[in-house]
Amino acid sequence: MSRELEIVLNSIWPVLKAGLAVTIPLSLISFAIALVIAVITALVKLSNFKILKLIFSTYVWIFRGTPLLVQLFLVFYGLPKAGVTLDPWTAAIITFSLNTGAYASESIRASILSIPKGQWEAAESLGMTYWQVLRRVIAPQTVRISLPPVTNDFIDLVKGTSLAASITIAEMFMIGQQIVAFTYEPLAIYALVAVIYLMFVSILTFIQGRLEKVASKYI
Amino acid sequence: MNKSFSNHHALKDINIQFNKGETTVILGPSGSGKSTLLRCINLLEIPQTGTLEIDSFKIDFTQKLSQKDKLLIRQNTAMVFQSFNLFPHMTVLENVIEGPITVLKKDKSSMIHIGEQLLEKVGLLHKKDSYPSQLSGGQQQRVAIARALAMEPKFLLFDEPTSALDPELEGEVLKVLKALAEEQKSMIIVTHNLNFARVAADRILFLENGEILFDGRTDEFFNNTENERIISFIQSMQFI
Repeated sequence: MSRELEIVLNSIWPVLKAGLAVTIPLSLISFAIALVIAVITALVKLSNFKILKLIFSTYVWIFRGTPLLVQLFLVFYGLPKAGVTLDPWTAAIITFSLNTGAYASESIRASILSIPKGQWEAAESLGMTYWQVLRRVIAPQTVRISLPPVTNDFIDLVKGTSLAASITIAEMFMIGQQIVAFTYEPLAIYALVAVIYLMFVSILTFIQGRLEKVASKYI
Repeated sequence: MNKSFSNHHALKDINIQFNKGETTVILGPSGSGKSTLLRCINLLEIPQTGTLEIDSFKIDFTQKLSQKDKLLIRQNTAMVFQSFNLFPHMTVLENVIEGPITVLKKDKSSMIHIGEQLLEKVGLLHKKDSYPSQLSGGQQQRVAIARALAMEPKFLLFDEPTSALDPELEGEVLKVLKALAEEQKSMIIVTHNLNFARVAADRILFLENGEILFDGRTDEFFNNTENERIISFIQSMQFI
């Protein structure tokens, strides 16, 4: 067996283990928080509360307008200067959820806007309150429409977690770097890391397809 | 009441009373304010000034409307739209019982029974588990009528209910409306269909430029020989 192949085979488990223990939980936790942020942000931006709207628009503007890597550095290395010291996981989760939340809020806002005005009118004319319209009529339709763009944001997040390596989190990419450091096989090892990311994203894409089918049964 | 959209004065000092058990058809050229008038009754548009009274309940549009006032008016005035606006993610039966269950907090199992009766009335009981996307336009509009009836409103409002339908499907919807008129339901219908107005309406309102030009019995409207504007309107419609 060639040396490269042996190194790759021996590296699969360490890299995959980092994926299962770090990349996936980091992605899932950040995404869950991001979704909550995104829904609130989308609703505020569609509301009439001027000051709140300005605050949330500013948040989206900043987090979409600056690089994720810079955001991570600011939160993890920068904030201690301002007296706020966070452990790497907390810094990563805060940054990733705020970043993905900003993108996903726009995906969700666009989905809500794409629902015909007549749906609001029909629900309101039945006497529904704003929250009833949202819960019974708008939310179920938004879920279906926003599945593709929000999954997109989630996929971006999964790949973005590789940047957590730069704030000392031993996720897949960092493990890959460490293996490269003592084997000096950058081509084989980084390809392996890429393939495992691709595998994770493929699973997500598969789940997206199933969810879309369920959510579209009425179409 | 008065209603303006930026520079456009859509309704000018409109003052009308609608009676229980009466079918009123609102006619008029495009942009005359007929749909706006209907939408003001359901508070989908809020007039700038004026009052709206249903039985002893009264709201004044110069005051800020409370959510409770809005809901009370809306529960008493159910709307049927030109574009049906059924909820696509709900089955036909779910569409019909959604309002009573969510808004009126009615018991679900008894509403299912009532919903099925209403669907039978509009001839669509066999479609109760279908989704709106599986229905024709005429069928969707009949479901929308059942949905409005399920709220047991004091007034049923129809905003050009057949304008999005081809003539064949228009017929099946008009038949349902005619049957409701014969049951003495209180209905206010905005339409372009003069023939329907002639056979189903008790009363005609003719609007132009946000003003009521005619308000009277149906036969008076069609036999009118004095008002030039109405005569030319009827002639132009019949030419089509």
